[in-house]
Amino acid sequence: MDEKTQKPKNDVGKVVLQELTGGEAQAKSPRRRFWQPLVLPALAIFTGLLIGAVLIILTSEQVYAAFRQSFGAGLLAALQAVGKAYGALLQGSFGDPVRIVNALGSGDALEIRRAINPFLESLVAATPYIFAGLAVAVGFRAGLFNIGVEGQLFIGAAAATFVGYAVKGLPAYIHMPLAMLAGAVAGGFWGFIPGWLKAKTGGHEVINTIMLNWIAFRLTDWLLAGPMQRPNSGGMPISPMIEPTARIPQFFPAPIRFHLGFFIALAVAYFIYWLLFKTTWGFNLRTVGANPNGARYAGMNIVRTTVLGMTLSGALAGLAGANQVLAITRAMAMGLSSGYGFDSIALALLGNSTPLGVVLAALLFGFLRNGATNMMVVSRIPIDIISILQALILVFIAAPAIIRSIYRLRSVQAQEGGVFVRSWGGK
Amino acid sequence: MPPVLELSQITKRFPGVLANDHIDLTLNEGEILALLGENGAGKTTLMNILYGLYQPDEGEIRVRGQKVSIHSPTDAIRAGIGMVHQHFMLIPVFTVTENVMLGAETVRSGGFLDRKRAAERILQISKQYGLDVDPDAYVRDLSVGVQQRVEIIKLLYREADILIFDEPTAVLTPQEADSLFAIMRELVRQGKSIIFITHKLREVLEFSDRITVIRRGAVVGQALPGQADKNLLAAMMVGRQVTLEVEKTPAQPGEVVLDVRDLTVADDQQQVMVEGVSLQVRAGEIVGVAGVQGNGQTELVQALTGLRSPTAGSIRLLGQDITHAQPRRVTELGVAHVPEDRQKDGLVLSFPVADNLMLCTYYLPPFSKGVVLQEPVILKNALERIEEYDIRTPGPMTSVGSLSGGNQQKVIIAREFSRPIRFLVASQPTRGLDVGSIEYIHKRIVQKRDEGCAVLLVSPELDEVMELSDRIAVMYQGKIVAVLNAGEATKEMVGLLMAGVSPEGLEKPTTPQAVEATL
Repeated sequence: MDEKTQKPKNDVGKVVLQELTGGEAQAKSPRRRFWQPLVLPALAIFTGLLIGAVLIILTSEQVYAAFRQSFGAGLLAALQAVGKAYGALLQGSFGDPVRIVNALGSGDALEIRRAINPFLESLVAATPYIFAGLAVAVGFRAGLFNIGVEGQLFIGAAAATFVGYAVKGLPAYIHMPLAMLAGAVAGGFWGFIPGWLKAKTGGHEVINTIMLNWIAFRLTDWLLAGPMQRPNSGGMPISPMIEPTARIPQFFPAPIRFHLGFFIALAVAYFIYWLLFKTTWGFNLRTVGANPNGARYAGMNIVRTTVLGMTLSGALAGLAGANQVLAITRAMAMGLSSGYGFDSIALALLGNSTPLGVVLAALLFGFLRNGATNMMVVSRIPIDIISILQALILVFIAAPAIIRSIYRLRSVQAQEGGVFVRSWGGK
Repeated sequence: MPPVLELSQITKRFPGVLANDHIDLTLNEGEILALLGENGAGKTTLMNILYGLYQPDEGEIRVRGQKVSIHSPTDAIRAGIGMVHQHFMLIPVFTVTENVMLGAETVRSGGFLDRKRAAERILQISKQYGLDVDPDAYVRDLSVGVQQRVEIIKLLYREADILIFDEPTAVLTPQEADSLFAIMRELVRQGKSIIFITHKLREVLEFSDRITVIRRGAVVGQALPGQADKNLLAAMMVGRQVTLEVEKTPAQPGEVVLDVRDLTVADDQQQVMVEGVSLQVRAGEIVGVAGVQGNGQTELVQALTGLRSPTAGSIRLLGQDITHAQPRRVTELGVAHVPEDRQKDGLVLSFPVADNLMLCTYYLPPFSKGVVLQEPVILKNALERIEEYDIRTPGPMTSVGSLSGGNQQKVIIAREFSRPIRFLVASQPTRGLDVGSIEYIHKRIVQKRDEGCAVLLVSPELDEVMELSDRIAVMYQGKIVAVLNAGEATKEMVGLLMAGVSPEGLEKPTTPQAVEATL
């Protein structure tokens, strides 16, 4: 979704006409325009899966054994190993199609829910990725590299937890939003600090957010073992359970965990899209990110934009943490996040830092993560293969030249809507 | 004897563009061949083919009669072809010797760099061709002119004898340009051959032996400098008659718009760059600031537009004090600013043309309502400006970075000129542009003046200042040393003032030798 596709409908015809008559070089069909930004990520994912398949083959004992018998048997075993693994991956992330069809046929509500649970569980897994990915994407758009999403997530989770258990007697429609808000405010504060340091002292946000991560981890350690520790926890670093009114409601009875947070995440993604691309505020932020000198020339306040950009990024990260506590764990313990904050950097890159891209990338990561568990159970392939897959996809996204040379794609002239992150050492 | 270099029927296609269309080109030993053409005519593509950065789709290259195929810069160097790029390829924190050695290292036994021997060679080359470069100096400490000579040494060190200069004077002051041409003369005298890419007519006529003109990827003509003149070459280059002289009526100055008193401005290193400058610009006149680059013009413009806060003095615009005003307030008071570096300051290259056309007023109606951008209005504005200012772009949503330099500048001019303005600061408005665009932008500036706008034009191009201005202020070392009426100023006089000769000194008869000495 680049900026082209985001213009209002009533003028699209005019623009297309202009594009077509303006020059042959640019005369592409609008359909191709729309798909263009998806080509590279799709090929990156495909290539990642391909290399993943090679790894599965190379680490499979059965394949080696079959090759010792004969080459044909080896080849067959290799194909089987890959098919089994990826089959399990798909089944784990989308559900068993046979079972879904049977369940639908039987009309048994419980069985239907169970059959589609893997799919719903993937959406549950994708939800924190959406929030955290948006956090990184907003930073990128403002020209800031927020490595501190993980720390902001923990601080946001701690604040949401506190409001969740310490405030009592509120109705749910106030308590839950209030707890989410607390998460956003606390995460935003944790993002504000490096933003302010950068604006006022020039301290680089990459260094400062990494440092603040450690402070956040140890701070939550102390909170959970001290002021926020659950009474009678027997020394375990865990917070009290949040009040039922603070919970993000789940749609179905346990064990199905699919919850309202997923739709909140989608709404937030739309809001961020509107903010970035439809408002003067977003124009300001994107200009500062794309060319600070130009922004200054245009009379924009760079200091304020930097601080606000970092704060917004932190707030989104805080929401990711709040979401996990209020919808899933309902009490805070260490190990709240399985590296959402770091995965989200990859995710934002994969999504080209557009909200729609982030949502799609988050869904992909959610499906991969959720499916991987099943893959491990069924075919005994370690869950780590998914980490490798994710890393490979990221490498291909970060170095598009590799993909272009493999598939002989022509480089797209002047990538529009592309994200520009300034160098680490530079200004 | 065959020519040193012969290109025949070179053709290069890019998607939708025929960049080079069966080009034939010959370079004889010991001559300077000027390759003249507008931006986007295909000069650089052709040279990149010669330098191995692109492969031609058709055609062949012969060096001294031998057919060669060049697949990389290494191949080009091996064939004796070297290129001085417009943007230097030097590492600032390395010394001259280290930069020259890079990629062609002289090694002692044991794999150690032999800096001493390399330095000796550099010194010897430097002496032989009159380049005057210290091998031990750090590149970051050298002036742009000297850095360019380091680039030349790099080629000579690799024993190139066909030298390509891509727009070599674009980054140089007039004095540096003149000494570059002296060096080029010396190089060909000693048997090197030079192709010199440019779109500056004066340079071509004065310093080349032969001229080849390219338009839209094809050779459209050959000329000898003695037999051609500026108008003829410009017409060949652009494909139509161009008026090189600016047509304008005498100025009708009105009220004082800009009133600067005793202004002092320091740069980022706290060095005083503008010292006690007083200057007035009236409605309906163009005041040109002439001066060699680096004499405080940049800081003066920054102070006037709110990008830099002065340390002393005052700036008043139509009676309002704007000495320490922020850029946005200055803009809102009716000041337009064409910045000296359009890509760095004036545009956001990754944004579409439409967004760049409202960059300074995006937050005001009609472009926004509250915080919401009004996209139909923005698009309509873009389509109108594109039409009105003849911006050559595939469409309003094309990123501005993919346009040519001239069209990028037109985007800035269109944006700045199409809001109600009282004062225009144009800093090097035609830097790096081709004849057609220059003509167009000059016309627009004069038109603004005639509408009653006060104009301050800052340019290191003396010709431009002389032609456009009604009054000329000469800046030297941060001070305005003289303000002359355009009618009474001569090029020699302004040139001398730019070089630091005091106005009193102008009364005495001066010889060209004296000018040289002061430069």
